This record gives sequence, C-alpha cells and structure tokens, in this order.
Amino acid sequence: MNVTPLGTIGYMFAALAFVYGIRQLGSPATARNGNRVAAGGMLLALFVTELLLGAHNYAFIIPTMLVAAGVGASVSRSVQMTAMPQMVAMFNGMGAGAAMFVGVGDFRDLTSIGNLAPTESITILLSCLIGSLSFTGSGVAFAKLQELMTGRPITYPLQKELNAGLLAAIIAVGIVIVAMGHGIGLVILFIALALVLGVTFVLPVGGADMPVIISLLNSFTGTAAAMTGFVLGNNVLIVAGALVGASGAILTTLMSKAMNRSLANVLFGAFGSVQAGAGAPGTEGGTVRSTTVEDVAALLAFAGQVVIAPGYGLAVARAQHDVKELADQLEKHGVTVKYAIHPVAGRMPGHMNVLLAEANVPYPQLREMDDINPEFNRTDVVLVIGANDVVNPAARNQPGSPIYGMPILNVDEAKTVVVLKRSMATGFAGIDNPLFYEPNTLMLFGDARDSLQSLVAEIKREYPV
Amino acid sequence: MNLLADVGVSNATLAEGLFVFSLAAFLGFVLIGRVPATLHTPLMSGTNAIHGIVLVGALAVAAAAHDVAGDVIAVVAVFLGTMNVVGGFVVTDRMLEMFKKRTPPSAPGTDKDANKPR
Repeated sequence: MNVTPLGTIGYMFAALAFVYGIRQLGSPATARNGNRVAAGGMLLALFVTELLLGAHNYAFIIPTMLVAAGVGASVSRSVQMTAMPQMVAMFNGMGAGAAMFVGVGDFRDLTSIGNLAPTESITILLSCLIGSLSFTGSGVAFAKLQELMTGRPITYPLQKELNAGLLAAIIAVGIVIVAMGHGIGLVILFIALALVLGVTFVLPVGGADMPVIISLLNSFTGTAAAMTGFVLGNNVLIVAGALVGASGAILTTLMSKAMNRSLANVLFGAFGSVQAGAGAPGTEGGTVRSTTVEDVAALLAFAGQVVIAPGYGLAVARAQHDVKELADQLEKHGVTVKYAIHPVAGRMPGHMNVLLAEANVPYPQLREMDDINPEFNRTDVVLVIGANDVVNPAARNQPGSPIYGMPILNVDEAKTVVVLKRSMATGFAGIDNPLFYEPNTLMLFGDARDSLQSLVAEIKREYPV
Repeated sequence: MNLLADVGVSNATLAEGLFVFSLAAFLGFVLIGRVPATLHTPLMSGTNAIHGIVLVGALAVAAAAHDVAGDVIAVVAVFLGTMNVVGGFVVTDRMLEMFKKRTPPSAPGTDKDANKPR
C-alpha cells in the first residue's frame, strides 16, 4: 500500500504510542494508562490505514469489524479472572491466524501480476510459517488450559525426529515456492504442514509450562506481524511487530529463568513425563496427617506470623476474597500475615498478584520468593492454598525429580505447614509431593473456599477479639 | 485496480524494513528489562493486543482482493485481527483494573489498617 507523507506521520505517532504504552505497562502505577495509550495508538493506526486505502470495500469490511469487535469485547468482559491465561492464548492465536491469512492474501494478489522475487516470497512464507505455527500452537495451549484436553505432556516415539522431519519438509516446500515465484497450491501445502507442526510442537509441553509457551507464541505472532509489514512495506506493522517479538522473547526467557530451566528444556524436555517415583524414595509409604478446621483455627489465632502460599487452586476455588477475610481476622488478633508469591504460581506469572489485588490485599503484603524464603524459619504457620509444585521440596533435594533445580518456596522450614487441598491428587506437573508426608505438615482436605469460610467462622466464634 | 501492485519488496525497501525492524526489536528488549513479576501477565496480555496491528495488514489485503476467494480470505483475516485487538485490550484493562488505587469510601481505612505494623 502507498503510504502518503501524512500517513507516515500518523503511523509514527501510533508507533510512539506503542513504545510509550509498553513502557508504562512496566510499572504498577501507570500500567492501566499504558494499555490505554497503546489502544489509542491502535485506533490511530487503523484510522490512518482506512484513510490511505479509501472507501474500497467498506460494505463488508466495516460490518466484519463491528461484529468481531462486539464478540471480542463481550467474550473478554464476561470471562472469569481465572480464565485469563486461556483468553490471552486465544486472542494470540487469532492474531496469528490473521497474519497467516494476510500472507496468503498477499501471495495471491502479488502472483496475479507476475512471479514473485525471492525476497517477496521469503517474507510472505515467513509470515505464513510463523503465523500458522502460533495459530495452532495457541489453540493447543488454549485447550490444555481450558482442560478440553489433558494438561499432561503428550509424548510418542520418535517425536523429536518427526517434528524435525516436518520442519525439513516445510523448508523444502518453501525453497520450491521461492524458486518458482508462484504456486498457491504449494503455499497451501506449506501452511498445512506448518499448522501440523504448531500442534505437534506444543503437545509434549506440560500444562505447568504453558505460560512460557504462550509468551513464546506471543513473541512469534509479533514477529509474523512484522513480516507482513515487510511484504506491505508498512513501517507501523514492522515496528509494532518487532516490539512485541522482542519483548515477548525477553519475557519468555525471564519466565524460564524463574523456573531455573532453559527454554530448550521447556520445549523438548517433556516436563513431567518422567515418573517421580524412581527418584522419590520414602514418599510412597509415608503417612499423611489430616487435620480439622478447629485445630487449624487455634493454630492460626495464636500464631505470631502466618504466611499464605497461594497457587492455582486458589484461583479455581475463587477463594481470594475469603483469604483476605481470614487475613483480616488474623490481623485483629495481632498476627502478622504475609503472602508468598512464587514467580510461576498459578498459570501465568503474576496470576496470584492479580487475583489477590482483586480482593484488595495490600500490595506490600505480597512478597516475592527471594524476599520471603529467609522468613519461613521464623514463621509459625504456612497456609498452602491450592499450590503444589511450587512448594515441592523434591525440587531441592531429589535430583531424579523432573522439577529438580526449580526454585521453590521453602515452606517446609516453617513450624507448621497446613495444606488446603481438595484431595491427594498431584499438581499440574503430575508429580508426587513429599511435603505432604513431612512430620510438620497437616492436610486440611476440602474445597479451599469452604475451608477458608469455616476457618473465618471458627475464629470469629471461638476467639472473639 | 490493485493497490498492492506497488508493494513488491524491492531490495531497497527490504533493507529499510530491516533497519526499522532491528531498531524496534532492540527497543523492545530494553523496554522489558526490569519489569516486576507482578506485571508479567498484564504485559504479556498488553503486547498480545499490540500485535493485533496485523489488522492493518488484513485491511490492506481486503483493499487489494480481486476475486471472491480473496474477499473471503480478507474477511477472515479482518475478523481474526479485530478480535485480537479488541479482546486483547479489554482483557488487559480488566486485569489492570485490579491494580488501581483503592480508597473506597464505603470501607475507609481498610488498606491503612492492613499496612499498620502490629
């Protein structure tokens, strides 16, 4: 498309808005404004684009946009906070799908004039390849998080070899297309192979690693958008796509680091498919002590410091408000309450912070892992609510465990650990947790929300201030 | 008429594109460097909305479409792109709503009390 000088200036302001918006998203005080600035930049970019393109086919494009905007807004408004990670995966997949279709559209339009130069074919094929991978990859991530399919890693013999073969086939088809400079049939084959690869490359990744995958696919989609910018000679596409591609890559690395694993290990390690039993002697035969609401209420009411370690189970039970109420009760008794936030607790980094912020938990009470770990030996009671893998001491002392080496919350150093849990089922990584068999661990079985409400009621009744 | 006719990626525009791409990518690396873990989810979601910019590409494809198949491809691309943009920004805004400063008149002093050392 031909960008006029005025259009270029408009795109420049849009690009600046994206940069400034991302910058503001980096601080809690300005984040919301940053998101709005970026949205403003998007509106400007779309407005400029419509002006540049003219009233070509408004008849069906405008209604399409209105319907999509309506559906997008209502879906994202109505979804529960718990389901936010899936939503990000879903919208990411849609952007990726758009990039893929833009690539196909460009290819058809350009080949209607003549054969493509190799540079044109390569950029188009890259947007198709990355877009397709991210499209089906996000679909699988969505299905795993939404529990439409198992969260366990899915492995089969020769998996890596088959994926490598698939990639080789994609590259071979790509080379033929570049050499020919046309051939929509081959492009469709190319895309079909890439769509399959998107599925097979996410299948072996366990549900616990989904945040890393979503972040990686987010980065992919940004890159695919930038590639369409190369094809269309459009700088705002290149800038926004590159910004997302790069920031997504950094975010992915930060998350892998938080789990003390390399990205390669996340992608190819088939996390959790190793059975923990081999490296976990003693846990099978150990005994679990279950406790009652009355006992826990007494423990809590007379504690000096209580640390709450929340996990995905808290989100599932939607118990964030009940946690806050319990904390308020305890503070009335002079108990110091802190929250221990593991970087990958929940299904996304920051998941717990968002949930607890929703329940008005004061920001200073949320402590990050490195901050809280030295405090556990001075803590009387740790309440583990719906967290499992992030408090699993196997990560520290069982070299055979699949999560060995991941930094964890050292809750087992506290005087007493109370684990609120629905059943003895394993966490998302699917491995056994020796913490439950420790002598200082008590299990309070039941729905987290019910247990918390009973605790609040019990403390109010038995230990009035 | 074909609006994409003059779009062809000549080596000159490709080089220019690479120039812009590398600068923007570097900026992206620098921008994210020191973001607290708390904001990783909203940040991922916010950048997720920003790559909805691909909608600009979808609109260009729609403008250049010259047959029914081209129109269908364009409509699907525009639909997906718009969902990405609108859904992405709204979801991010909902997440960040929870970080807003709270001075609820209905429950004065709640936050203050919670922060007070005892």
